[in-house]
Amino acid sequence: MPILPKSRKARRRLLVVAIAAPILALAVGLSLNASRNAIVFFYGPTEAHTKHVPAGQVVRLGGLVAPGSVIKASDGEVRFSIADQASSIQTSFRGELPDLFREGQGVVAQGEFNRDGVFVAKEVLAKHDEKYMPKEVVDSLKKSGEWQKGSAAPGKPVASAAPSGAAPL
Amino acid sequence: MIAELGSFALMLALALSVAQVALSAVGRMRRSAVLQGGGEGAGVGAFLMTALAFGCLMSAFIRSDFSVLNVAENSHTAQPMFYKVAATWGSHEGSMLMWNLILTGYGALIILFGRHLPRNLKATTVAVQGGLGVLFLAYAVFASSPFVRVLQAPVEGNSLNPILQDPLQAIHPPILYSGYVGMSVVYSFAMAALIEGRVDAAWARWVRPWALGAWSVLTVGITLGSFWAYYELGWGGWWFWDPVENASFMPWLAAAALLHSAIVTEKRGAMTAWTVFLALCAFSLSMLGAFLVRSGVLTSVHAFAVDPTRGAILLGCLGLAAGSAFILFAWRAPQLKGGGLFAPISREGALVINNLFLSAATATVLLGTLYPLIRQAVTNEPISVGPQFFALTFVPLMVITALLVPFGPLLAWKRGDALGALQRLWAAAAVAVVAGLLVMILVQPRKGLTSAGVALGMWLVAGSLAELAERVRAGRVPGAESLRRLKGLPRGAWGTTLAHLGLGVFIMGACFETAFKAENAQALVAGERMNIGAYVLTLDKVSTVDGPNYTAERGIIHASKNGAAACEGQPERRVYPGSGGQTTSQVAICMQGLSDLYIVLSDPRPRPNGDIAHLVRAYWNPWARMIWLGPFLMALGGLISLSDRRLRFALPRAATARTAGLEPAE
Repeated sequence: MPILPKSRKARRRLLVVAIAAPILALAVGLSLNASRNAIVFFYGPTEAHTKHVPAGQVVRLGGLVAPGSVIKASDGEVRFSIADQASSIQTSFRGELPDLFREGQGVVAQGEFNRDGVFVAKEVLAKHDEKYMPKEVVDSLKKSGEWQKGSAAPGKPVASAAPSGAAPL
Repeated sequence: MIAELGSFALMLALALSVAQVALSAVGRMRRSAVLQGGGEGAGVGAFLMTALAFGCLMSAFIRSDFSVLNVAENSHTAQPMFYKVAATWGSHEGSMLMWNLILTGYGALIILFGRHLPRNLKATTVAVQGGLGVLFLAYAVFASSPFVRVLQAPVEGNSLNPILQDPLQAIHPPILYSGYVGMSVVYSFAMAALIEGRVDAAWARWVRPWALGAWSVLTVGITLGSFWAYYELGWGGWWFWDPVENASFMPWLAAAALLHSAIVTEKRGAMTAWTVFLALCAFSLSMLGAFLVRSGVLTSVHAFAVDPTRGAILLGCLGLAAGSAFILFAWRAPQLKGGGLFAPISREGALVINNLFLSAATATVLLGTLYPLIRQAVTNEPISVGPQFFALTFVPLMVITALLVPFGPLLAWKRGDALGALQRLWAAAAVAVVAGLLVMILVQPRKGLTSAGVALGMWLVAGSLAELAERVRAGRVPGAESLRRLKGLPRGAWGTTLAHLGLGVFIMGACFETAFKAENAQALVAGERMNIGAYVLTLDKVSTVDGPNYTAERGIIHASKNGAAACEGQPERRVYPGSGGQTTSQVAICMQGLSDLYIVLSDPRPRPNGDIAHLVRAYWNPWARMIWLGPFLMALGGLISLSDRRLRFALPRAATARTAGLEPAE
């Protein structure tokens, strides 16, 4: 065997590499394929308007639940608007809303636009922790100029341990 | 006073950790038993002081001392005592204090149980563990002290997040952390081995029980967390590929790989550098997890106690500990000696393949978790990576791994017989194919992939049992002789069988539940019915009940199947006035064998005619119990292995004397 190295140890090493390489290649290939097909873009309401997200593409939409926009139908459907300063988007959701879902709260919804421009959410994420606002929402609100520093800094503990009932946000 | 005492104890723990590092290191260099002993004493002292600090914080919570900021923010006088205690680790500061408690606790365990370790290795290990203590205790003292006072104490506290007020959520962080931080011991051993320049079978034998213990506890922790998410979040999901979940899953995968590679190092003295590398990875991934969970750089469905500014400091700790480890590894690993040779088809070969796949899978989870961060840094476009990514990367890799699992234990060391193994597994393969076909025919002909998944799970279950049968030579020797052999099997063998079997049970449950779950939601007035799966639900009434710190609407719902009553569920919707009126839903779960009937009482929906209907959401989750039963079996397998005589922390003297070579066995 002139091609193979002489020492048994080196040959074993070669073998390990020969086994490892295809597995590594498989993992890399799968990841590249998935990173093309399985990533979900995040938009604020204004961005979603200006960028014309095509119907049927899965995206995440984040903003504030517009006050007064929540309508709960008796068949379990919930309709609400996700808004920033400039625009708001009609959203429809069938499913269990997170416990912290409230009007005026930050929210991230994952789903797709239908042909009428209504955002059909498959999943609604609001935080468990009422002190916290999703980072993307903060960034997007900052972009659209709605974010006021100090109003509710993300993740900062409530400044003074206020007595009960003083809910932040 | 108690807060100041706690604060002082924490600082003292930090000082003792510094002493632990210094004395152990100098003691090792000078080979002085006295200095080493001093280092060990300081290590135990650091643990006792951290425990005292933890006790002080807990006592402040128990007494509702709202002059302590942490207590005021996370507790409430109306909170039941159990949750007052649990609130101790419900905040960022409290949870980092618990991290430190467990870290120093493991340090004390090494010191107390490591009597049979070679003296030099022990001193270095204790020093490294002390170094980790210094890092994280300094973080607690300088950046995250839970003992900060407020100038004007409020009359009432802000209350623990209601979603955390659940028995399982209260006990699961300590378990999860014990698993996470347990990897620190493995890390310290690996660092010590690199510093000492010596990794051999004896080293692997000392490390393996710690890795096994930490892995088993981590398994339990992750499973409890998943079960909690399942019943508390109220959407019937059990795994979301969320950053916080991935953070605990990555060290688990790395530790699983480590467990297997350490077998090769122990039995054959091979794969030494790789085993050390995995040991360093396991704890680095634990720290990465702590950073991801605590810093809020990634949006997660269940992030608690998040603080971005301190995240940077945590990242610094991670960088220091992991960075120094990998630099040391790069420098010293080439000097480690490789062990015996083996043929590609052998037990060693199978374990190498297992490790390659497990680490590739860990890498894909890591990539998927960090990809949003990397992508945003490069293109400034926020994206998220959903379950789809993991379904396309992690799952195929694990499918191949699972297919290969039953072969491993049937192959001999050095040179195995693949054909022979295949012959012994034909029965298992037949059982698996039949199971898959049964699912296809009886349940749903069109879900071919699910049938394949169930067949894969069954392949693992039957394969593990086939291996057990092979070991006792069932069928080839008289029954009594088989039984005798079964009794004589080492516990390690039982552990392997159980863990692999548990994996199969999990795969079956996960595939079946995901494919065949059903869901229905309807607004009901008392007396009305709805259908879910084969069941009919009747809402009897909705009443208001008062809890200790909440009021709840409780629905009484009867489920019946084919006209016969099946069970009664009492889902609740709780409102916590102490937390700004936050609501949580208390799900009613009716166990129907291995399957769950999962009922949620949602918010009221008034009808046009003035009736108040309540939205009832129901899920039928077939075989859901297997999803948690499987991992529990795996953890049980790990713990049974741990009790194996050959794997005890305290190594038999004879073995020490034989393997330690240069070191006197005390």
